[in-house]
Amino acid sequence: MIPKLFQWLIVLSVFISVWVAIVFDYVAVEFSKSNKQTIVLFPFYLLVVFACYSLAVIGYRVATFNDCKEASEELKKQILEAKEDLKSRGFKFD
Amino acid sequence: MAGDKYSVLLPTYNERENLPIIVWLLVRYFTESGYDYEIIVIDDGSPDGTLEVAKQLEKIYGKDRIVLRPREKKLGLGTAYIHGIKHAKGNFVIIMDADLSHHPKFIPEFIKKQKEGNYDVVSGTRYIGNGGVYGWDFKRKLISRTANYITQILLQPGASDLTGSFRLYRKDVLEKLVKACVSKGYVFQMEMIVRARQFGFSIGEVPISFVDRVYGESKLGGSEIFMFLKGLLYLFATT
Ligand SMILES: Nc1nc2c(ncn2[C@@H]2O[C@H](COP(=O)(O)OP(=O)(O)OP(=O)(O)O)[C@@H](O)[C@H]2O)c(=O)[nH]1
Ligand SMILES: [Mg+2]
Repeated sequence: MIPKLFQWLIVLSVFISVWVAIVFDYVAVEFSKSNKQTIVLFPFYLLVVFACYSLAVIGYRVATFNDCKEASEELKKQILEAKEDLKSRGFKFD
Repeated sequence: MAGDKYSVLLPTYNERENLPIIVWLLVRYFTESGYDYEIIVIDDGSPDGTLEVAKQLEKIYGKDRIVLRPREKKLGLGTAYIHGIKHAKGNFVIIMDADLSHHPKFIPEFIKKQKEGNYDVVSGTRYIGNGGVYGWDFKRKLISRTANYITQILLQPGASDLTGSFRLYRKDVLEKLVKACVSKGYVFQMEMIVRARQFGFSIGEVPISFVDRVYGESKLGGSEIFMFLKGLLYLFATT
């Protein structure tokens, strides 16, 4: 497998070539004026959609990041238990 | 499989207060679940006397359970693992922090998961299912989630928690990975799991709760983010 960087570069360059080809009329396909406009702005739409999606996903994940309060309380109890038991086995805390 | 043995690698640097607790918990959960195990303590000449504590524990639990492999001075986590693996007798190795952030109660779950899918690596994850954290404020959660999101998009690593370091490895797999990884700090953990995927090893995941250290100092600073970005780019270009 080639590294991820080059995978990204390949996909990106294919995308940009197609876009440039259409926008600068290198291909013999006729588009209506409004379609052409959409294509010209397409990369920017894509960027905006991706940015919004990313913000939404990250926001959701931060909001739903579990706070493990029970885990911390369980641990505190077990620390006391451990100290008791270790002392009874002759361990010296100082 | 009968005959499986689990070597727990505990690198320590100034963990005098945490070490007895983590060892006690390890012994407890291994005894309850009945798996064969050993705990390898790799102390790097901690000035707080962690090694003295370890020696006491060795006396209490026996030399076949507590294996002391100290080094003279602080030489870093990566080489601590290499040093520990050399002395590991188990066919599986568990890597975890000694600062009580990683709770030994999850180890039986790791082992069960490993057997279920015959995985090469089982990784603890804070980011899915019942996994989570304790003691993190909004800012830290935001940074963590953002960093994780970017990494997932760029590297598609096939594991949800890349910077966590609570994992179970087949010993030969770990040996191969450690040799292939060059990063330092927690980028090292990231490289390990990304390369595991690159080499085609199978990865299972178990949700864990991560509790911030109670005793001792935290080493999280501003340069961590810089190190993360550097590590991310390095892995992006090489894996
Ligand atoms: N042997 C050895 N152990 C180390 C060294 N540096 C860190 N450790 C241990 O590695 C584990 C992880 O280190 P931590 O200091 O907890 O790193 P962290 O989890 O990224 O940061 P905090 O928990 O926020 O301090 C702990 O058990 C440390 O005692 C080292 O140079 N040598
Ligand atoms: Mg820690």
